[in-house]
Amino acid sequence: MTTLTDNEAQMLEAKAQAIRETIVEMLLAAGSGHIASPLGLADIYAALYFHILNQRPSEPEWQGRDRLFMSNGHTAPVRYAAMAHAGYFPLEECLTLRKFGSRLQGHPERLRLAGLESTSGPLGEGLSQAAGYAYAARTDPFHIFCIMGDGEQDEGNVWEAAMFAGANHLGNLIAIIDRNHIQIDGTTEDVLPLENLRAKYEAFNWQVFEVDGNNVRAFVDVVEQAKEVADKPTLILAHTIPGKGVPEIERDYHYHGYPKSKEETQTFLNELRTMGGKIRSEHQ
Amino acid sequence: MLEPTAQLRSDLFEMKEQAPTRDGFGRALLKLGETHKNVVVLCADLAESTRTLPFKEKYPERFVEVGVAEQNLVTLAAGFAAYGRVPFVASYAAFSPGRNWEQIRTTTALNQLPVKVCGMHAGVSVGPDGATHQALEDIALMRVVPHMTVLSPCDEVEAYKATLAAAAHDGPVYLRFGREKTPLMTTAETPFVFGKAQTVWTSERPEVAIFATGPLLYNALAAAKELGSSTAVSVTNIHTIKPLDREAVVALARAAGAVVTVEEHQIAGGLGGAIAELLAQEYPVPIEFVGVRDQFGQSGEPSELIEHYGMGVLHVVAAIKKAQSRKLTRI
Repeated sequence: MTTLTDNEAQMLEAKAQAIRETIVEMLLAAGSGHIASPLGLADIYAALYFHILNQRPSEPEWQGRDRLFMSNGHTAPVRYAAMAHAGYFPLEECLTLRKFGSRLQGHPERLRLAGLESTSGPLGEGLSQAAGYAYAARTDPFHIFCIMGDGEQDEGNVWEAAMFAGANHLGNLIAIIDRNHIQIDGTTEDVLPLENLRAKYEAFNWQVFEVDGNNVRAFVDVVEQAKEVADKPTLILAHTIPGKGVPEIERDYHYHGYPKSKEETQTFLNELRTMGGKIRSEHQ
Repeated sequence: MLEPTAQLRSDLFEMKEQAPTRDGFGRALLKLGETHKNVVVLCADLAESTRTLPFKEKYPERFVEVGVAEQNLVTLAAGFAAYGRVPFVASYAAFSPGRNWEQIRTTTALNQLPVKVCGMHAGVSVGPDGATHQALEDIALMRVVPHMTVLSPCDEVEAYKATLAAAAHDGPVYLRFGREKTPLMTTAETPFVFGKAQTVWTSERPEVAIFATGPLLYNALAAAKELGSSTAVSVTNIHTIKPLDREAVVALARAAGAVVTVEEHQIAGGLGGAIAELLAQEYPVPIEFVGVRDQFGQSGEPSELIEHYGMGVLHVVAAIKKAQSRKLTRI
């Protein structure tokens, strides 16, 4: 199954590239923040904000929208960048990330920026908010998406929510785990082994799909399949490469947070721009 | 004398009727089921003892069983509230807000969502269950959270009114209830104004102002009666601990010149803490605190535990006398 045309796929890849550059620009301006997971999630967010989500960027609280709950709030830069590119707010505002008075808080706050659905940062709470919302919205036509990190699967609250969603057959709930294998103290399998993650969710009465989360075409396809599942919540285990786009930090858990220095961050930005040269002039 | 405008029961001191405050909560939920279609009730495997069972039976489509999972209880509720529902979440106060404080802080208070956290079995009067189940810190936990409202009704009748008021308030609320039967003091006619202190005992020239919350208001009233004309006092029911009725509390403290607070909770961070913080800024007077002094409870009968932890009528009497003497000697 191929949902996307070649042109559409290329458009999404270009959006992902633009989002990556914006992420690093934001972090550079902020002087802090997380880099690896946002870069790894750029393809997923490009697919969501430029193809999958039923949305109206000029009307962020439009009643008919698909809901996207971000549970891993530390990856906020990727969502802010995607929202800005999609037209929710001016691209220049991205550079206010983490600054006093900004709508773009270090960890996202629902009441500061329309379209966020929830406040997050403290891990493990997104899935249950999404599940509560999905339960309340069982007869509504839209879908409820929830993106989680893999490290936050350590949180008990996640499994309470997973059990609830499975037991209540929340077919309108589509969870996505950014399976990038890193967390702050090391790899997920070293810190607290998560595997077999697929079997765990299946045991909780979820339908599980696995996909290359850095392949927009495959990701769009798997979301289409997930939407077809009506009697169970679905989990998309999206295998991503943390730090994707900056080869020397890819898969390195030491870059879960901010790079070593502003200089290093600038180097990463230059690398990203070299790869996507055509977008360079847009921001310089 | 009993303040006439409060319209308390005339047979109050005969203690003819007693009921747990949680019963008033359950009664109010049934009313809300009828009048507020947006109200949903979430429960963590304690439907009978949280008195949510009648709601469950009458409105099964608006009752959600969450299982023994208090973190999920309140975060699910945040999702319901984001959708537009008004969720009441019920468990024991030791677990909710005891276990799920951060979830309440982040997903309901910071989000300003109208989740109503209903904590049962507050205080040592839980009795035989012992310290693990006797929440003595819940007011403090909820009081420090921005946007949170804290309601602590004094009897079953007031619990009913407080629950209805919580539903009408557009924001997160913490409601505190007790397990045991406690004396009925108020009546259906007793005014309940959200956010307003309610004076229930007045004297022409009060020498000590007593502020009480929850069922121990009874002990404050009994102490006032016991002292009679020997020490004139005012007794005020603080059902809304946050936002505190600052104006009334300062005026009453000013009129009396000395204060006693009464609560079945740790003194630190509870009603006593709230009153002290306010009066230290606005009108410093001697304050005596009746409450739990940095201790855990234990198993026992409710009445013996109330006495053991220094919250009996005679403890209130002693506190009043001490506050009065401190005022006279200026210490």
